[in-house]
Amino acid sequence: MEENHPTHKKVHSIKFGVMSPKFIHKMSSGKIVTPELYDKEGYPVVGGLMDIRLGVIDPGLKCKTCGNKLKNCQGHFGHIELARPVIHIKFIKEILDLLRSTCWSCGRILIPGNMIKKYIAELEEIGAEFGLSNRRKKVKNIITGLRTITKCPHCKEKQFKVSIEKPTTFLEDDKRLSPIEIRTRLERISDEDLEVFGINSSVARPEWMVLTILGIPPVTMRPSITLDSGERSEDDLTHKLGDIVRINQRLFENINAGAPEIIIEDLWDLLQYHITTFFDNEVAQLPPARHRSGEPLKTITGRIKSKEGRIRHNLAGKRTNFSARTVISPDPKLNINEVGVPLVMSMKLSIPERVTDWNKKYLLKFIENGPDNYPGANYIIRPDGKRKKITEETKEQLLEELENGFMVERHLIDGDMALFNRQPSLHRMSMMCHRIKVLSGSTFRLNPAVCAPYNADFDGDEMNLHILQTEESRAEAEILMEVQTQLISPRYGLSIIGCNQDAISGNYLLTRHLELPYKEAVDLLASVGMTDFSNLPNKKALSGKEIFSAMLPNDFDFDGISRSIPSEEKDHIVKIRKGEILSGIMDKSNLGEGSGLLLRNIHKQYGRDDMVEILGRIYKLGNEVLFKYGFTAKLSDVDLIDGANEDVNKIINDAYKDVETLISEFKEGTLELLPGRAIDETLELRILERLNKARNDSGQVVADKSNPLSDTMTMVRSGARGNLINLAQISACVGQQALRGKRIDKGFSDRTLSCFKKNDLGPNARGFIKHGFKSGLKPHEMFFMAMTGRDSLMDTALRTPKSGYLYRRLANALQDMKVEYDFTVRDASKKIIQFLYGEDGIDVARSEDGKINVKQIISSVLKK
Amino acid sequence: MNKIIKEYVDKLPNKILLDVESALPEKCVDSKIKKIMEEMYKEYLYSLADPGESVGLVGAESIGEPGTQMTLNTFHFAGVSELNVTTGLPRIIEILDARKKIKTNMMELYLKKECSGSKNVKKIAEKIKEKTLESYTKEVIINVADMKMIIALYPKELSEADLTVGIVSKILGKSFKKFKFKVENKLLTVISSSKDDALKEMYKLKEKIKDTHISGIKGISQVLPVKRGNEYVIVTAGSNLKEIMKKDFFDSERIISNDLFEIEKTFGIEATRQLVINEVVKVLDAQGINIDIRHIMMVSDAMTMSGKVCGINRYGIVKDKPSVLARASFETPMNHLFDAALIGEEDYLNSVIENVMINQAVPVGTGLPGLVIKVK
Repeated sequence: MEENHPTHKKVHSIKFGVMSPKFIHKMSSGKIVTPELYDKEGYPVVGGLMDIRLGVIDPGLKCKTCGNKLKNCQGHFGHIELARPVIHIKFIKEILDLLRSTCWSCGRILIPGNMIKKYIAELEEIGAEFGLSNRRKKVKNIITGLRTITKCPHCKEKQFKVSIEKPTTFLEDDKRLSPIEIRTRLERISDEDLEVFGINSSVARPEWMVLTILGIPPVTMRPSITLDSGERSEDDLTHKLGDIVRINQRLFENINAGAPEIIIEDLWDLLQYHITTFFDNEVAQLPPARHRSGEPLKTITGRIKSKEGRIRHNLAGKRTNFSARTVISPDPKLNINEVGVPLVMSMKLSIPERVTDWNKKYLLKFIENGPDNYPGANYIIRPDGKRKKITEETKEQLLEELENGFMVERHLIDGDMALFNRQPSLHRMSMMCHRIKVLSGSTFRLNPAVCAPYNADFDGDEMNLHILQTEESRAEAEILMEVQTQLISPRYGLSIIGCNQDAISGNYLLTRHLELPYKEAVDLLASVGMTDFSNLPNKKALSGKEIFSAMLPNDFDFDGISRSIPSEEKDHIVKIRKGEILSGIMDKSNLGEGSGLLLRNIHKQYGRDDMVEILGRIYKLGNEVLFKYGFTAKLSDVDLIDGANEDVNKIINDAYKDVETLISEFKEGTLELLPGRAIDETLELRILERLNKARNDSGQVVADKSNPLSDTMTMVRSGARGNLINLAQISACVGQQALRGKRIDKGFSDRTLSCFKKNDLGPNARGFIKHGFKSGLKPHEMFFMAMTGRDSLMDTALRTPKSGYLYRRLANALQDMKVEYDFTVRDASKKIIQFLYGEDGIDVARSEDGKINVKQIISSVLKK
Repeated sequence: MNKIIKEYVDKLPNKILLDVESALPEKCVDSKIKKIMEEMYKEYLYSLADPGESVGLVGAESIGEPGTQMTLNTFHFAGVSELNVTTGLPRIIEILDARKKIKTNMMELYLKKECSGSKNVKKIAEKIKEKTLESYTKEVIINVADMKMIIALYPKELSEADLTVGIVSKILGKSFKKFKFKVENKLLTVISSSKDDALKEMYKLKEKIKDTHISGIKGISQVLPVKRGNEYVIVTAGSNLKEIMKKDFFDSERIISNDLFEIEKTFGIEATRQLVINEVVKVLDAQGINIDIRHIMMVSDAMTMSGKVCGINRYGIVKDKPSVLARASFETPMNHLFDAALIGEEDYLNSVIENVMINQAVPVGTGLPGLVIKVK
C-alpha cells in the first residue's frame, strides 16, 4: 500500500473524438514493422509488437519512451502504416450514409444550398431526441423526398446507387468501390455539409474513418502471461496485431514487387478482415478470428462491452485488498453492531496506524509480538513509502528504526471498524459498518437481529468483510454506515432491525404470563447485561411486564397496540408511562422488524446509540427467557381436541356437496351467471369460492380448537414464526392447489391424473387437498402438491433475474438525482425533477412511517 | 384554521398543518399552540432531506429491493367481482418500462348521477361492450342456387342493443362494398355484386363478416358493473378513452384507464404522473409491500419530467443523460462511445458513475461540498 496521497489533480472533463492520422502519428512512440515479438534471448524486438518503446511489462526492463520501470510506465501507443487504406468497421454505417447522401463528383450534400438552412433546425431536433443515426436517416429521407437522389443539385452530375455488401464492401451500381476511392470521396465533403449530418468536423473528419495508419495499443494494455512451464502466452490483442502486421508487410512486399492485381486484392481483403476483427470480433456475416483451440479471440469491442467488459467489470466495479469472506453463524450474545471475526483472519488483515509520540509505546507492543502472535503487526511502512515485513529476524532492527511518521500495519483488535456486506447488495443496509470482535473459530459471527437488513440466514450463507484503511473512510463509515445509523429503513421510515423469532416469543411469554421471584428477575436481567436494578420494584414476585419495564428509560411514554391480543382484552392496548408497561404485550407488532412504532419511538427520543443498546437487551432478554423456561415446538402442539376432526370433516363434506350441486346445475344449464362471465368461468369461480371458504372455515376450527398455550401456538400468536394457515394446513386441510390462478386442469387428456374419470370437475379431481400434512396426503394429493410446488419454484427462478434487471435499470436511471442546496431535486444536468423532494421535502428515514408524528409533539408540549 | 397555525402556511407543508388542526385538543391556550407550532417547525426542519442526499438512488433501492419478494404470476382467488389484471412484478415492469402495449388494459367508468341506477348500469355496460356480428348471429345459410347468403339474427339481443336488422345491414354495407345487403323477411340477405367467382367470395365473406364490429366501443372486450360504496362503476377490459369521453352518461372527471399513453394523450402529462404513482401503489398494496410514496413519486417524476412519458430503459431516461460514460455504463456502450466521438462530445463528469470510473469523489452526499482554505 502506498501512502495515501491527497488528490493533487482533478480530472475536469473527458473529450471524445475520432483519431486522425496526424494525431496517431503524434502520439505514436514507434513504428511497428515486424510481427516478431522477442529475439533469441527473449528480449523484445525493436519495431516488434512488444517493443520497449511501447512500455514494459517485464520487471527490470526500462521503458525507452519514458524511462520508467514496470510500475510507473503506463505504456505508450505505436503505429503501423497500412499499405493500403482499410475501412474502420465501427464507422461503416456512417460511411454508407455519407456516400449515399453526397455527390460522388463534387462532394456536396445532395440538398440544394438554399434549402439546407430550412432543414437544419428540424434535424437538430431529431438528432437530440433520437440520436445521430436517425438524424442521418432523416437526411436521406429529405434527399429522397427532394428527388435529388439521382442528380446532384450542385454540379448536375448523375448519381448512382451506393449499396453495401456486408460487412465491409461498398458497391456503386454493382461496381466495387475501393477504400481508396471511398476515402477520396469522403475527403471532398465540406465541413459545412458535415454539420447537416451532425458530425463535428473538428474532431471527426469522415476520411479518418478509412484508416491509413493504425494505432497500436501499448504493451501494458495487452500483457503476456508467463506460464508455469516458462512459456509465454500472448494476449489476444497481440495475436491479432501480429496478424495485421504480417499481412501488412506481405502486402507492401507484393505491391513493391509489382505482383498481379488479384494477389494484391486478396491480401488487401485479408488485411481488411484482420483489422475488422481487431476492432470487433463479433461482426455479423464475418467468421470470428479464433485461437488454435477454436475459441474466439476477445478483441477491443469484446473487451469493453457487456457485464464482464472493461466498463462494468473494471471501471464501475473494483477489487479491494484487506477484505475477507467466510460462512456466517449466529451469536445472540454479541451486540447488534458487532461482528465476530475469526482469529486467523484478524492476524492476516491489518489496520495501518501512524506512529506518534502518544501511541509509540502502544504500537511497539504490536511489533514485538510479530506477525505470528496475536495481537501483532505484519508490516511497517517508512515515510518514503517503503514497506518492510516484520519477521522474527527483522523485528529487533525494526523496533529500533521505528520513528514518528512511520506506519504500522497491526492486527485487528476488538473495536476496530469494518464494513460487513452480503450479496446481493440490494439496499444500503446490505453494507454496514460493524465493530470487530475477535473470536476463535472460523466463521463470521453476527447477532441474528441484523439478519433482516442483510437478508441473511445461516444455512451456509457467506459474507464479506472489508477493513477500513484510512481515517477519512473510518470517519465516514462511523457516521454514515454504522449499524445504529441504519436502524430506520429509508424505504418506509420504520425500524428495519428488530426482534425476530425466539426473541419475540420470549418477550411475549415474559410480558403475558410469567411471574418471577425477585432473585430470578435480577438473574434474568443480569444475563442480558443489566447492572443497575434500581428500576426494579422491590417486591417478592415480579410480573414479566415489570421485568421488561426495567430495561426501558425512566421517562419513556408510549401508546400502541398489540395485534396478537384480541381487542376486547385490556392488554390489546400498549400503554407505557414513565418507562413502565401499564398494559400491553410485547409481540411482533411492537418489537418486530418493519413494524410497530415502539422501536421507532425509542430511536427518536433517545437516539441511535441508546436504541441499539436497548434493542440488544430486549433481544437477549427474549432469548434468555426461553433458555430458562424452556420452549419446544412439538408434534402434539398441532393435535386437535376431540370433536374438532369431525367438525373439519363436516365442513369439507358440506363443501363437497355444494360443489356437486354447482356442477349439476352447470350441466343442466341452470347455473346463474355472474355478470360479465361465461358459464364455465362462473362455475370455476363459484367452486373456488366455495372451497376457499371451506379451507378458511376449517382453519378457524383449528384456531379455536387447538391448545392456545402450546409453544407452537405461542409462536403463531406472538408473530415470531408461522401463521394460522400453516397450522390449519398441518392439522386440518391443505386446501386448493392453484396453478396460474385456476384449479389444476392440465395433465392427461380431459383429466388431471389417470386415476380420475374424464371431465370430472369435482374437487378431488381438480387439486383440492382435503387432508392435512399431519394425517398425510393421498397419492393424487401428493401429485397436485408437487405440481404447485414446482410452479412456485419456477416462479422464483424466473423472478430473480427479472427483478434484478429492473433494479439495475432503476438504479442507473436515478443515481444522479440528489437534493440540491435549494431543496429541489435535480439530475446531473441540473434539470429539476421535483421542486421539493416528495412534495414536502421530508427524508423518509427521518420520518415515522413517512409522516411527522404530530400527535406526539402536541402531547409532549401540552404535558410540560 | 387557527390564526397561529396560519402563520406557518409558508413554512410547513399543508398536510402537517391540517394534521395539527385536527389533532389539537379543543381547548388550547394560544401560547401552547404557539409552542406546538414552534416544535413542529423544528421537527420539520430536522426531518428535511439534507442537500446532497442521494434521494434517487435510495428510491431505486427501495423499489428494487422488494422486487424479489413480489410474485410473478397473477393470483386471483376470490376474483368474483374483479377482472383479471396483470399484477405483481410484471405489472411494475410494464409501468416503469412505459410499454406502449400493455397486457391487460382496463378502465373504470363512473356514471353521472342521473344515470347511476342499477338497471341503467347493466344496460350501459352492455351497450359499450364491443360486439361483432357473430354475437348476434343465429345462423348463416348460403343458398348456392340463388347465390345468396342468408343471415338470421337474434331479435332479442338486437333490440336490447337498440339495433334492428336494417341498421346492421347498413353497417355491413359500409365495410363490405362489394356486396349488397338487404333485409328480407327480417333476415339479412347478402348478394354478391361481382359475377365470376361469386361463390368463392361468398364463402370468404362468411368468415370475414363474423368479426365485423357492429355495436359498442372498439377495444372493450369485457364489461363488469361493480358496486362501490353506494354507486355503480363499470370496469372494462380493454380501454378506449377517446370514444368513452364522447358518451354523455359517464362522469368524465372520474374516468380512469390504466394505459399510460392513453392517459397522456387524453389527459396530459400531470395525469400520467399521477397514474404511474397510483398504479404502482396499487400493485404494491396488493402484494402487501410497504414502500413510501416519495420513492414512487421520485420514479414517476423522473419518467414524466421531460413532458413525455419516458421508460426507465436505454431508450428513455438513460438516453437523456448528459454524460457519455454514464450512458455507456448502462447498455450498448460501443454505440454511445462512437456517437460521442462523431460529435466531439465532452463529458464534464457531473454525475456519479463517471467519477467512480476515474476514482474521484462522487458529487453526492459527503462528496459534494468543497472546502476553501485561505492560505496565509
